[in-house]
Amino acid sequence: MIGLEHYLIVSVVLFCLGLLGLIIRRNLIVMYMGLELMLNAANLALVAFSHYRNNLDGQIMVFFIITVAAAEVAVGLALIVALYRKRQTNDVNDLTSMKL
Amino acid sequence: MQDLLFYIFSSLTLLCGLLVVFNPFSRNPVTSAMFLVLTIISMSGLFVLLKAFFLAAVQILVYAGAVIVLFLFVIMLLDVKEEERRRFQKFGTFLGFASVAGLAGIIINSIRQSEIGDALAFKGEGIGETRELGHKLFTEYVIPFEIVSLLLLVAMVGCILISKRDESKKEGTQ
Repeated sequence: MIGLEHYLIVSVVLFCLGLLGLIIRRNLIVMYMGLELMLNAANLALVAFSHYRNNLDGQIMVFFIITVAAAEVAVGLALIVALYRKRQTNDVNDLTSMKL
Repeated sequence: MQDLLFYIFSSLTLLCGLLVVFNPFSRNPVTSAMFLVLTIISMSGLFVLLKAFFLAAVQILVYAGAVIVLFLFVIMLLDVKEEERRRFQKFGTFLGFASVAGLAGIIINSIRQSEIGDALAFKGEGIGETRELGHKLFTEYVIPFEIVSLLLLVAMVGCILISKRDESKKEGTQ
């Protein structure tokens, strides 16, 4: 029988995969995809809690998270395009003007 | 049957999630975006198993439909060949895997020790009704809903402002 634990473990592993993407990749777009994975992992945990607690508030929270994530992706990708236009790169190793 | 579906969907989710961030065969961001689509579709399968039908549909519409297309458009605007030339730094990758595995181990261990699965064992029919969700969204949560619509408007204006070419500046330098 599948319980809450199983879903939470899947969610944790997915979150860690997103974090891994942020750590090992240096391309801004792929790092953004890692962020999306982490948001989705949080969504999965919230939906699982909502199901097992018989409470719809978790699903409404997920609805809002999806909306905010869409807005965040739009603004972030616009920033990446603007950055690429200015610097001709989207690799974080080349963006070191704020380094001491 | 449901157990089998859970294992299929969750393993697909995790496998495709791994291939998004660490694909040994291709470093192309387009491949990553495609695997992100697969991850999201199998995650919406998990949502259906949790009886969140509306969210499963929204997940596919918004993420697989809109967000990934946006990603692909931006990838198209940028230089993809550049990324393929770079290699994984072996030491950094190893350290990343080790630290993330440690984090996952700690959290999974604490979930197991809390025995939350026994405390919240599923009982009853479940409440996955889209009608109730909509009712709640437009009564109890109507103010956050309106604020989120305002946020979308602000994001739209912000995107146009950020990605617009700076015409006045260009004329000034010429």
